[in-house]
Amino acid sequence: MPYIANTEADVKEMFKTIGCDSFEQMWEKAQIKFPPPSLDTLHSGLSEYEVVKHLNELAARNATQLVNFLGAGYYDHIIPAAVGEITGRSEFYTAYTPYQPEASQGTLQAIYEYQSMICRLTGLFVANASLYDGGTALFEAMMMAGRITRRRQAVISEAVSPIFRRMIECYSSNLDIELIQVPSGTDDSAQQRLMEAITENTACVIVQYPNVFGTIEAWEEVTAHAHAKGALAVCSCYPIALAVLTPPGEMGFDIVTGEGQSIGIPLSFGGPYLGFMATTEKHMRKMPGRICGRTVDLDGKDGFVLTLQTREQHIRRASAMSNICSNENLCALTALVYLCCMGKQGLIDVAELCAAKAAFARSEILKIDGVKPVGGEAFFNEFVISLPVDAAEVVGKMIDKGFAAGFPLGRYYPDRKNQLLIAVTEKRTREEIKALANALEAVL
Amino acid sequence: MKLIFSISRSGREGSSIPKADVPKVNAIPQQFRRKKPAELPEVSEQEVIRHFTALSRKNMGVDTNFYPLGSCTMKYNPKFHERIAALPGFAELHPLLPQLRHGGVLTQGALAVIYEAERILSELLGFSACTMQPLAGAHGELTGCMLIAAYHKDCKDEKRKIMLIPDAAHGTNPASAAVAGFETVEIASDSEGNVDLDDLKKHLGPEVAGLMLTCPNTLGLFDPNVKEICRLVHEAGGLCYCDGANFNAIIGRVRPGDLGFDVMHVNLHKTFSTPHGGGGPGSGPVGVAEKLVPYLPVSRVAKRSDGTYALEYDYPDSIGYIAPFYGNFGIILRAYAYMLTLGKEGFRRVSENAVLNANYIRCRLTPYYDQKYARFSMHECVFSATRQIAKGVHALDIAKALIDRGYHPPTIYFPMIVPEALMIEPTETESKDTIDSFIEAMIEIAQMTESNPEQIQQAPLTTPVKRMDETRAARSPVVADLGCPGM
Repeated sequence: MPYIANTEADVKEMFKTIGCDSFEQMWEKAQIKFPPPSLDTLHSGLSEYEVVKHLNELAARNATQLVNFLGAGYYDHIIPAAVGEITGRSEFYTAYTPYQPEASQGTLQAIYEYQSMICRLTGLFVANASLYDGGTALFEAMMMAGRITRRRQAVISEAVSPIFRRMIECYSSNLDIELIQVPSGTDDSAQQRLMEAITENTACVIVQYPNVFGTIEAWEEVTAHAHAKGALAVCSCYPIALAVLTPPGEMGFDIVTGEGQSIGIPLSFGGPYLGFMATTEKHMRKMPGRICGRTVDLDGKDGFVLTLQTREQHIRRASAMSNICSNENLCALTALVYLCCMGKQGLIDVAELCAAKAAFARSEILKIDGVKPVGGEAFFNEFVISLPVDAAEVVGKMIDKGFAAGFPLGRYYPDRKNQLLIAVTEKRTREEIKALANALEAVL
Repeated sequence: MKLIFSISRSGREGSSIPKADVPKVNAIPQQFRRKKPAELPEVSEQEVIRHFTALSRKNMGVDTNFYPLGSCTMKYNPKFHERIAALPGFAELHPLLPQLRHGGVLTQGALAVIYEAERILSELLGFSACTMQPLAGAHGELTGCMLIAAYHKDCKDEKRKIMLIPDAAHGTNPASAAVAGFETVEIASDSEGNVDLDDLKKHLGPEVAGLMLTCPNTLGLFDPNVKEICRLVHEAGGLCYCDGANFNAIIGRVRPGDLGFDVMHVNLHKTFSTPHGGGGPGSGPVGVAEKLVPYLPVSRVAKRSDGTYALEYDYPDSIGYIAPFYGNFGIILRAYAYMLTLGKEGFRRVSENAVLNANYIRCRLTPYYDQKYARFSMHECVFSATRQIAKGVHALDIAKALIDRGYHPPTIYFPMIVPEALMIEPTETESKDTIDSFIEAMIEIAQMTESNPEQIQQAPLTTPVKRMDETRAARSPVVADLGCPGM
C-alpha cells in the first residue's frame, strides 16, 4: 500500500518487540476489544493515476472559463509563478508550528517579515502571524475590543461585507454581545448614523475600507468620535487598495483586519484564505493569535521566536485571547512572497491599474440606456450600478454569454434587488470590459 | 540572516504587470490617497527566490527530517495532491459563483468533491453527516460546542452552561468552549491515565452541557471506559464531544459514533495527510449524530435525484455561518484525494501501522526513559524525563539534543499532567529503519545524560541559531520592522 513503509518482515519483527503476533492482538492490548467496522459503503483504493484522472474530470466541471467581474471581497488578481515556487518548497509546507525555534528559523523569519509587511501596509505597530480569514479576523477584533474596553456592545456598519457580518452574528449568538447594525443607505449620512449609534457602552465601531460597495471614505471623524466615547475603531480592509489609499492606522483605527486572499492567494472556491490583523503598541498584549518576535541566541546572534505566548490557548486555556491554534501560516508566507515580488512600485501599479480599469468599466457600462450609477465617484476597483430589472436575472443571462458579470446585491440587501456589484482587476483587458458592456446592453 | 527589507534598493523592480490598455485617469480622488508609499521591498525576482530558498533551508520539515511531533501526526504529504490543488479548474474557482443565478451548475465538480469527502468521512466516523466548513481543528471544536449549545437551546434546556473537560485535554478544548459561551470545569484523570469516573460522576448534573474528550486521549491511550463515559454523560442529559486530533490511531478500526459520541472534529492536516504548512492552513470538519444534524452550519451540499449537486440554505435550526464559504476547499480537495487512494482497505492499515510504530518505540525506549502511565499505547507514546532530571537534563534539553542528531523533537511539556513530558508520534509512513535510527539517538542521549550531561544541556550546536533568549523577546517585544526610524 502507498505511504506505508513497513514490510511484512518489519511488521513481524516489530510484533516480536511489542509482544503481539497479530494486529488484532495489538488492538486488544490497546484496550480495543470489539470488532472493526465494515466500511462497506466505501470503495477500494485507487492508484495515483486514477485519482488524478478523476479529479481532472471534476475540475473540468467547474466554469472557470467565465470572464470574471465577480469580487465582493474575493478577487481574481495576477499571481507570479515565483510565489508558488517558494510556497511549494516542502521545507516550508511540510513543517509545523515553529515551537522549536532552532529548527524553524525559516518559518519564523518569514512570519516576522510578513508581520512587518502588514504593519507597513496598514500603518500600525504590530501584526499577528495570521487568522483563518477576513470574517473570523473581524470577529476576533470585536472580541479583542471587548476585552480592552470591558464593554459588550459593537456597532457595525451594514456596508461591512455581509459574509463577514453573518459570521459575526453566528459566533455572537451564545455570547453576551449586543450587535448594533447600522444601515448603510445610499446617502451621505451613513457616517452620521454610525456616530450616533456609538455610546458610552460601545466597545467598538466596525467599518470596512473600501466598503462592500467599493466606496472609499475618510474615517477620521468616526474614529475620533469613537475614541471620545471610550470605544475602539475597527476596520476591515482590502490590502491591495492600501498600496494607494491612506493607511487605516493614519485614520485613527485601533485594530485593522482584512481578508488577505487578494495578495497572492488563489480563489480556490473559498479557501484556504488569510485573515490578517494589526493593532497599536498599546493593545499588543490583548491581540489573539501567534506573534513572532526578534531576539538573540546564547551567542548574541539575531534570530526569531514565537513570543507573548501567555495570551494563547496552550498556556492560558479557557481564558486565552482566542481558541485559535493552527492559523494560515502558508497563506501568510504566500502573501509575503507576493508582496516581495510586487514590491513597492509594483503593488502601486497593480492598484492603479485596477482603479483605472474599474473607472473605465463604469463609464462604459453607464453609457447603456437604463443603467444608473449608485454611490459616488470615490471607489477603488469595485462599483455598484442599478439596472432596470432584477440584477440576479441579468447575471443569469450574462453567464450564457460567458461572463461572471458581478454580484447581485439583492441576496443580502433586499432593497437593492436591481443593483449589481462589479469588480475589475488588473487581469481584465479593455476588450473584455467592452465585451461585458456590449453583452450587458444586449441582455437588458 | 538579513531581512528582505535590508536587501531592497531604491528603483529595483521584481514584478511584471500588463501595461495599461485603458485611459490612465486619476481614478482615486486625491484626498483619499496615501501621502507616502508603503515601504515594501524593492528587489528582483531572483533576489526574492534566493532569499526565501535560503530561509527554507533553515527549517526542518517532514520531507527533510523525521518529525515525531506528538499530537500533530506529521505523516508524509503525497506530492500529487499539490498538483491537484493547483489545477485551474479548482484554484481559479470563485466561491461566489454558485450564488449567481443557476450558478450551482457552474461548480458541479467542486461540489462533488465536498459532498463525497463528507460522505466518506461520515462513514469513517460513524456519524449521520459532516460539515466540511471548519477551517482548523480549534475552529471545528468551536463549531461542535456551538452545535451542543444549539441542541440544548432547542430542547429548552438553556441552564446547561458547563462543559466538562479532562485535565489532559488540549488547551484548545477549554478555549473553544469559552468562545462558545460555556464555563469549563476540569475533570481529573485516574492513576491509569483514564478519565476518573468518580470525578466525572461528581460533576455531572442538570447544568452540564457536555463533555469534551480526546479519543484516544492525549496520553496516547485508549480509555477502556469510553462507552461508559458516554452513557453517563447522556444519562445526565449532556452530549459527548470527541476531539479527533488523534483519529489517526483508530481510523478504519474504531468509529467514534459507534462508541456513543454525538459530535467530533477531525484534523485533515493530521489524519488525512494534508500539509501542515508551518502552522496551517488546516481544516477541521465536524461529524454529528442524527440528533445534531438540524443544527449544522449552512450552506450544506446536497445530491439531487438526478445526480447533480446543490448548495442548500434552508435549515431553520442551523447555527448559521461559521465560515465565509464551504471550508478550506483546497485542503478538503487534498484530503479527498488521500481518501480515494487509501480506499476501504487502506484506512485500517494506517491505524495499524501508526499504533505498531508507536508501541515499537515505547517498548524499545522503556529501559531508558520513564513513563507515568506504563501501558500499551495507541499511535503515540509519552515518556517523562524524570530519570534524566537527576542529572540536570530536562525534556527541553533532550529535544534540543535530538535536533543536533537530525530529528525534529517530539512534543514536550504536554500533556500537562505528565512531568517533563516527551510525546512521540512516529505515524504510519515512517519506515522501521528510520524509527530504529531515532531510537538509537534517543538511547545515545539517555547514555550521554549519564556520562556527560553538559553536552546535552548545550544542544543544539549545529543549527543556524543556538537557544534563543525568549524572556527578552517577551519582555521588550520587537515584533515588526516598521521601516521608519523613530516610530
